[in-house]
Amino acid sequence: MKLFNLSGRKTLEEASPVAFADWKDAPHGTAISLPQDVEVEDLRSHLNELTLIVLEFPIFRDGRAFTQARSLREYEGYKGEIRASGHLLPDQAIHLKRCGFDSVALPEEANTQDWDEQLSRYQFYYQNTAVSPV
Amino acid sequence: MTQSNSHSVGHYQYEERDRAFLQERINEFEGQVRRRLAGELSEEEFKPFRLMNGVYLQLHAYMLRVAIPYGVLDSRQLHKLADVAAKYDRNYGHFTTRQNIQFNWIALQDMPAILRELAEVDMHAIQTSGNCIRNVTSDEFAGAAKDELMDPRIYAEIVRQWSTLHPEFTFLPRKFKIAISGSPEDRVAARFHDIGLLARPSEHGPLFRLFVGGGLGRTPVVGQELFDSVREEDLIATLEAVLRVYNAFGRRDNLYKARIKILVQTIGLEAFRKAVEEELSRMDCAAYRLTPEHVAQIRARFAVPDLQAPADAASLFEQHKQADPAFARWVASNTHPHHHDSYICAVISLKTPGAIPGDVTAEQMHGLADLSARYAFGEVRVTHLQNLVFGHVRKDQLYDVWQGLQKLDLAAPNVGLISDIVSCPGLDYCNLANARSLPLAQKLGARFGDAALQAEIGALSIHMSGCINACGHHHVGNIGLLGVDKRGAETYQILLGGDGGENAAIGGILGPSFAEDEAVEAVARIVEFYLAQRQKGESFAAMLKRCGLKAFKEVAYETV
Repeated sequence: MKLFNLSGRKTLEEASPVAFADWKDAPHGTAISLPQDVEVEDLRSHLNELTLIVLEFPIFRDGRAFTQARSLREYEGYKGEIRASGHLLPDQAIHLKRCGFDSVALPEEANTQDWDEQLSRYQFYYQNTAVSPV
Repeated sequence: MTQSNSHSVGHYQYEERDRAFLQERINEFEGQVRRRLAGELSEEEFKPFRLMNGVYLQLHAYMLRVAIPYGVLDSRQLHKLADVAAKYDRNYGHFTTRQNIQFNWIALQDMPAILRELAEVDMHAIQTSGNCIRNVTSDEFAGAAKDELMDPRIYAEIVRQWSTLHPEFTFLPRKFKIAISGSPEDRVAARFHDIGLLARPSEHGPLFRLFVGGGLGRTPVVGQELFDSVREEDLIATLEAVLRVYNAFGRRDNLYKARIKILVQTIGLEAFRKAVEEELSRMDCAAYRLTPEHVAQIRARFAVPDLQAPADAASLFEQHKQADPAFARWVASNTHPHHHDSYICAVISLKTPGAIPGDVTAEQMHGLADLSARYAFGEVRVTHLQNLVFGHVRKDQLYDVWQGLQKLDLAAPNVGLISDIVSCPGLDYCNLANARSLPLAQKLGARFGDAALQAEIGALSIHMSGCINACGHHHVGNIGLLGVDKRGAETYQILLGGDGGENAAIGGILGPSFAEDEAVEAVARIVEFYLAQRQKGESFAAMLKRCGLKAFKEVAYETV
């Protein structure tokens, strides 16, 4: 796995996230991996303990994790790292960043040049988001 | 023509940063095409990106759907569309029910070049397809109609900008369509959109009535009122909240159940409203507040036409009508009252009987652009019924406009009449279709082409779709036609009683489908029955209600 940094925050490379299914009955650890059908409110009472939340993309065009990330930042006030994992494309770099993701877990052989290019492509955006105002 | 500033009348005037944004978008798409050709992107991965840039793969060729935000073009844009049609297509374009234009015969390798040409006149194809927020549609008489409460286009532009490359709502369960009107008479089919907005002024500023979960397609649903009075400052926050609920909970396991209408139906309007209110209560409202300053900024980039006319404009207009009955007949069907007494809105029918609904040649586009520059502040609007509108024409100059339209073969006096047929492209172009729609639309147009007969029949709409995806909106035609495959043969079901406006209704299916020529005859019998049995001034819908579907059914199937 290779981590691509979106936000400039130092990423927690050593953390080993626990699957939500294993975590929910006995919350433990500081890193968790969340499938798209979990509402982030379910983490609320443990958010202070978490420093890394991985949001999973089973397929790139399933955009639920964008809303999960934005909810974590905007509604839950989560300040730790949010990482995207799964089937992702460099074309989504700005979407991820602007919804509050800090990093993307890419395959070891991935070319990060397209990701870099995409991040610096647009000089402005048309809409505010809670995590990235215009 | 004079106008209040150097901006275009009727649409937002781009700034340099908007132009730079378009260039970057084209660079991005060029890169995606290159990565596709290099095998770095699979076809499955490339598809959403080409769709979000308006590129479809149809039955025989690639199609490019160009966005016309809220349906408003200026004359230089129309000239450019004509150039694209001549240079890259087969010399014509097709205006759609979502106020866009499609070019049906484009080579994939030409796409980036075409997008660059379009960008020269501040046009693009962004989000005309794909599972994202689509091009926003609006009232074709916006800013001109006598009955209008407020001009919705400022807000349509605000919504367009907000939805453009939205980071959270670009990978939705399914497409998402928003329409906005500012008239008490709903001319945008607000109740048949994922979100329909009806704007009205109040002493506390603009208010928006918001309908959610309407739509046609396989499961036609009339939208329900989510909120009666959304305040201007809450407009964007409210849209965000609705889209968040949809993005999180809309179905993604079944393409045909993924639209927001299914979510609203499944959980019910009350639960949906509660979820939206819950979002709003937690949202950082300051971040999403639509400020009066922002609205003013956008408004300042719309020019207002300087409406001045000689004192005898209206009386000259009356004289023209008296002197030329053919002109008077065209005026009767193809105009709409303007808020200024010396002006009028002119509707240009793209339904010349026997022609393909919505198709316009490059020469016609150039001619229309010239006419609009001379007589209509250089503004041309596309209607959701696939016609065009000159919004502000001086009454004393309308006769000249009409004569100009006659030279372009675009003066059919049939707007709102039976040969003003709405149709999808059907099996001639589309790989989803079960049947061709254009030949049947052409035959019906020819059958009822006689101007006197049409005038006698009066207001009556025919909508035609080549399959259940309903791009021709067959559910909302007074008479709807739906192409169905019957053991390999192209046949047509007839629906009666649809209405896309204030009295929104979904048409009822009459019975088994007809072969193409039988369908023409069945429609003819239905219309004859209406003419024979209607009471004085009775509309088709009213008579259908009085006599019942069964009576019409007996007539339709009389000789089959």
